[in-house]
Parts: sequence; structure tokens; C-alpha cells
Amino acid sequence: MSTADWPLWEVFVRSRRGLSHTHAGSLHAPDATMALRNARDLYTRRSEGISVWVVPSAEITASSPDEKDSYFEPAADKPYRHPTFYEIPEGVRHL
Amino acid sequence: MTTMAPDAGTQDDVAYEAQFNAAVTAEERIEPRDWMPDAYRASLVRQIAQHAHSEIIGMQPEANWITRAPSLRRKAILMAKVQDEAGHGLYLYSAAETLGTSRDELLDRLHSGRQKYSSIFNYPTLTWADVGAIGWLVDGAAITNQVPLCRCSYGPYARAMVRICKEESFHQRQGYELLLALSQGTEAQHAMAQDAVNRWWWPSLMMFGPPDDESAHSAQSMAWRIKRHSNDELRQRFVDICVPQADSLGLTLPDPDLTWDEERGHYAFGPIDWDEFREVLRGNGPCNEQRINQRRTAHEEGAWVREAATAYATKQAERSRHGYRAPHDPQQGDTQEEDIA
Repeated sequence: MSTADWPLWEVFVRSRRGLSHTHAGSLHAPDATMALRNARDLYTRRSEGISVWVVPSAEITASSPDEKDSYFEPAADKPYRHPTFYEIPEGVRHL
Repeated sequence: MTTMAPDAGTQDDVAYEAQFNAAVTAEERIEPRDWMPDAYRASLVRQIAQHAHSEIIGMQPEANWITRAPSLRRKAILMAKVQDEAGHGLYLYSAAETLGTSRDELLDRLHSGRQKYSSIFNYPTLTWADVGAIGWLVDGAAITNQVPLCRCSYGPYARAMVRICKEESFHQRQGYELLLALSQGTEAQHAMAQDAVNRWWWPSLMMFGPPDDESAHSAQSMAWRIKRHSNDELRQRFVDICVPQADSLGLTLPDPDLTWDEERGHYAFGPIDWDEFREVLRGNGPCNEQRINQRRTAHEEGAWVREAATAYATKQAERSRHGYRAPHDPQQGDTQEEDIA
């Protein structure tokens, strides 16, 4: 592995307890330990996080943007999955 | 919309381009795996790379003063700022890489002079007051340029800019505070602050690029929603912001033509020396050679760190592949060894 082959890592930061990790950006590093350290230096210089994940970018499986319409379409014609679909008489409370 | 269709013929390209234009016009963001015109991709790589290079070259003029900062407080602030610039460079290189270029390629183009960085960093930092003038004027101009880039049509670039703009605001304020301290100090300190502002004012105005009618990339960038405002528009905005700020500092701006234009509702300012701008761009500024040499040297002299990290990672990976266990250390129990492996 030469320097040029340092893999790309995706960085996820949990900003505080109770929130999920959110994608912050990416960086190059030779291994997971260095990726984690670099992620701390690069993405949490102002206490933006209390926990960091690093994931090799190559390990992420993503849906294809090519299929983005057809892939998500089945959800589009099911408005009855939303509470606003239903008409409730006025005055009915706690519903 | 994708680059994945290998046999996409001309007809498909036309359809893709129509989809792309519709998305851009509808203020949707373009993401890395979306189809995009080759010229859009090339234009973004050029702009983001130049921006990234500017961040890391920009570390040099200020780092020049870290060891001579007048107090521990100022020293800590300056180190944090220079570290931020390195961080900004890294956010931007990552954004550029999503367009299919590599980090090594980008650095190579910087080192060989094939890609540019902002001309402003080819001016020297002669006194401590320059650190203040850079924060106030250079970072101020950068913010004026960069805030609209947070809404750039290319998602990764826009996201990097959001992060950068948040951090730049500290840069500008520390510079302003530094100049204010000098301006209100002794007569010599006040003169030093004024001298720094005199030297940095015009180059800061040049940071917005050539006038609109001479700007090579502007019209297309605006159509693609990479740029939102013209060079002259942003330059005017910056001048309008700076005049009252200079007043509050008790300093003047070195332009005898600077007057309030009641009719336009803007400050009128004198002509910019574009010959100087072109000379610096051509490589004949006071520090062009020094900056690029220092960058190359830093890269070369840091090679051993990158090599050591690589060698260590390779060794660790080999060990875990072969189920290697460290030789028995009489000081440690087996359990600890397992923990290390």
C-alpha cells in the first residue's frame, strides 16, 4: 500500500447524547485507528461531537441514483400511510 | 440521472442534460453519482481545487507569525486559525475527490503550478498587524465570496462551504479585534495597523476576481448555479461593509476616491490596478516562488510520516491476517495479549 492508496473513510459524528450519528464528511487514512484520530481533529475541533464512527467508503452499499424514481416509487401512491389522509369530524379530540 | 449507463448514446445525453438543467433550475442539488455535463464537472474540479489550494497555501503567511505572537492568548488563537485553514483545505479536497479526481493528483497539480491558488497569499506578512489585516480584510472578502457558495448547486461543495463559513467568522473577528487593540494602542502601534490596512486593502478587493466583463468563467458558473453573484456585485458588497468597520477601528482605507454615492446607495471607490493583479497571477508577485517552494518542501519532508503510517498499517493488517500473536511478555498476562492482538 503506497500513500496514494490510503483508503477513503466516511466520518459520522454524534453531536450529543440522544441524537444519532450524522454523516460529517470523509478523509483518507492508512487504517481505522488513524482514520478515527484524523476524524477527531478534522470534524470535532469545536466540540461538535461526543462520539465518532469511521467506515471505509468502499464498504458502503448504496442505491443507484439511476433507479431513484422507480426504486422509491412504491411509497408515493400510499398516502393512507400518513395520518393526514384521514378525515375526522371537528371537535373530536386527542386523535 | 447517472454516469453508470456505459452505452449512453447522444440521445440519452440530451435527455440527461435536460434532467440536469431542470434539477439545477429547480434549486435541487446535484450529488456525486448524478449525471452531469463534463464541462460542469471540470469547472467544479478547477474551482474547488483552487479553493482547497488557497486554504493550505494560506497557512503560510500567518504561520510566519506564530512564534512571534505578542502574547500566549494571541498565539493560541493564531494556531487555532492556521489549523482551521488546514481543515478547510481537507474538506475541500474531499469535495473535489467526489468528482473523480484524487488527492495526489490535486497536490501534484498545485506543486507543478498547473493549478492556481488565490493571488492574495503571494503578498508578504511584514508586521504583526498583517495578521489582523488578513483576518479582517482577507477573511472578510473570503466570507463575502463564500456565503453564497453555501447554496452552490453541487451538494458536497455546498456542504463543505457551510462548515467553512461557520469557522471563518471567528477568523474575521479575531483579526478585527487584533487591529482594534493596535489602533487604540501607542502611536507606533496605531501606525503599524494603518500600514497593514494600507497594504492589504487593494489586494483584498482583487480577491473578487476580474471585472464582470472580463471574467472568463462567470456567466456559465452563474447559469449552473455554482456562482450566485457577479464579481463586481460581491466586491461592492464588501466595500460597503468595510467602510463603517474601518471607521470603528479608527483607521482609514487607502482610497482617496472612496465616497458615498447617494444615488446608487453604495460607496464609490477608485480604479483597481489590474496590471498588478495579472502580474501576481502570472507568478511575479512578491512571494509566489517562496510559497510554492515551501509547500513542496513541507510535502517532501513530511513523506516519512506518511510512509511510516502506511508501513504500520500494512504490518498490522498482515498480522491480523496471519493470526499473529505477539511474543510472550513475562510482564503481561495472556489476557492482555489477546486484547492487543
